[in-house]
Amino acid sequence: MNLLQLSWKNLTFKPLSALLSVLLFALSIGLISLLLNLRAQADEQFDNNLAGINLVVGAKGSPLELTLNSMYHVGYATGNIKLGQVKAFFNPKHPIVADAVPLSVGDSYKGYRIVGTIPKILEWYGAEVASGGIWQHDFEVVIGEEVARVNGLALGDKFRSNHGIIDEGDENNMEHDDDFTVVGILAPSGTVMDQLVLTTNQTYWHSHEEHGNGGKEEGEGDKHDHADHEGHDHADHDHTADHAPKSILDEDSEKEITSLLVKYRNASSFQALSFPRNINENTELLAANPAYEISEVRRQFDSGQRILGILVLAITIVSALSIFIALFSSLRERRYELALMRSMGAGRGKVFGLIITEGLLVAVIGYALGIALSHGILAIIGGSVQDDFRYTISPWKFLTAEYLLFAAALLIGFVAAVIPAIQAARTDIGETLSR
Amino acid sequence: MLSATNLHYKYTNGEALSFPDLTCAVGETRLLLGKSGSGKTTMLQLLAGLRKPTQGTVTIAGQNLAELSAAALDHFRGRHVGMIFQTPHFVRALTMRENLELAQTLAGNHIDKQRINGLLEQLDLGDKAKALPGQLSVGQQQRAAIARALVNEPAVLFADEPTSALDDENTSRVVKLLQHQAEAVGAALLIVTHDNRLTGIIPQQTRL
Repeated sequence: MNLLQLSWKNLTFKPLSALLSVLLFALSIGLISLLLNLRAQADEQFDNNLAGINLVVGAKGSPLELTLNSMYHVGYATGNIKLGQVKAFFNPKHPIVADAVPLSVGDSYKGYRIVGTIPKILEWYGAEVASGGIWQHDFEVVIGEEVARVNGLALGDKFRSNHGIIDEGDENNMEHDDDFTVVGILAPSGTVMDQLVLTTNQTYWHSHEEHGNGGKEEGEGDKHDHADHEGHDHADHDHTADHAPKSILDEDSEKEITSLLVKYRNASSFQALSFPRNINENTELLAANPAYEISEVRRQFDSGQRILGILVLAITIVSALSIFIALFSSLRERRYELALMRSMGAGRGKVFGLIITEGLLVAVIGYALGIALSHGILAIIGGSVQDDFRYTISPWKFLTAEYLLFAAALLIGFVAAVIPAIQAARTDIGETLSR
Repeated sequence: MLSATNLHYKYTNGEALSFPDLTCAVGETRLLLGKSGSGKTTMLQLLAGLRKPTQGTVTIAGQNLAELSAAALDHFRGRHVGMIFQTPHFVRALTMRENLELAQTLAGNHIDKQRINGLLEQLDLGDKAKALPGQLSVGQQQRAAIARALVNEPAVLFADEPTSALDDENTSRVVKLLQHQAEAVGAALLIVTHDNRLTGIIPQQTRL
């Protein structure tokens, strides 16, 4: 019969009171762990997806929207830009711009976005092709690891895209009648690449313009006129033969893309710092600094987190108080048995240790429950968050902070128990038992 | 064996008491008699090392209690002193068997299941080993308290008013039981009481 067993018996002797303490403690630990995890994983994904990109250039509109759409593939595009407007960015002699990647967005496949771009984007995001090759011809696609896994796509599979950005299961989706062919599958990279379908920019022009719209294509799915699709028959032509690979720079200046991702030669140079303002003031284009936009988003997050933090702190204090009160009030009922234990040879240290162990036991069980709770919630919300925000949550990843949280939990358990424990150790055998 | 010489005690409220000298040999039963309020329980606690006398010495099994540190005294008491309190107290969350095991553990002994089973059988509690203290009747609790006091085979067994709530028949039964058990473990038995029914049975008496 050691201290731990005895503490356990004492705790379970009053199961409801113990349950309340444990649940409150679990709630507090669970919320802390949940906040820490969401924060850490959001930071990690924001950082991974920055991919060294210094600037996003697109049509006039909200810079945050442009950044979110072009870099995180969330929300809608600000509009389209003509290739002619941005050709200068591809000039290898550009004094500020080191490199640029054009993006065409707007279509999707089962909720995963199709992005028209050039293979250089893989290099930027540190993504690698796991099987197959890269896309070279129009209507060839390379798909992210998650896209392949979730939809069961393999090399050589064909599928049709949805016009616009449509969630899986939407009954009213419009299909383009062109077949995409999977030519490559990416290895997981922990970036947004895992969730994209990559193809050429030109593919977008074919699937949208050939329906009689000429050069006036609107990338924004909802505005597209689908009446034109009817009666058009793609079945008798072979895309890969019709549209040989051609550099995007050789294309017609009137053709449109959605946006441009830009890397600077020297991000801290004076020219680079004033570059976005120059673009915004002197051209029809919108230039957004993604690092800045994301830090704005984070600031919003932070103020929300502060409020939650205060709430969590309050719950933690209440849970510590509940342990304290449960132990303290049990002392009153248990003073005879504590005196009895002292008379049977238990020193003051042992009685002190007994009460402390009861506090720690609540803390340890509460911690285990709380961590299980938070990771359970992560696992449950992970799926829906992923669909809505292109934000992958790994529920079974444990943070260093959670180990520290264990130490903090023990400390809270100790602090809550220390006053009752001192009180118990002071029990005067003679006085108590002669009553 | 137990001996006390020249014991004095001063309460925190300033009231001072002096106690008669007393010895109780191995296998001997002695009564400590006195009216209520005469300090019987206080003397018992001094003898058991639960209170420190302001003056005088208590020796149990050759050990002068005053020479022991607080922690060593706790340990010594667990090993060599068995106490039966006026009201039986137990650790409420533990079964009878576990309460006896706890007594062995706290005294620093190994758990001796045979000893526990034997005691419970002798005290007619064989079927109550798995019962919680709250589930026992008062008489069963008293016998269980005796079992616990004996489980470590103490040198001295103290009993505080063990018969005050019993009828004549049960009184002589309990006294016989105590004497028998004390003899079996070779303990000195000191019964603190104001119960005159016992004076007829036990000739060795000390009056306060």
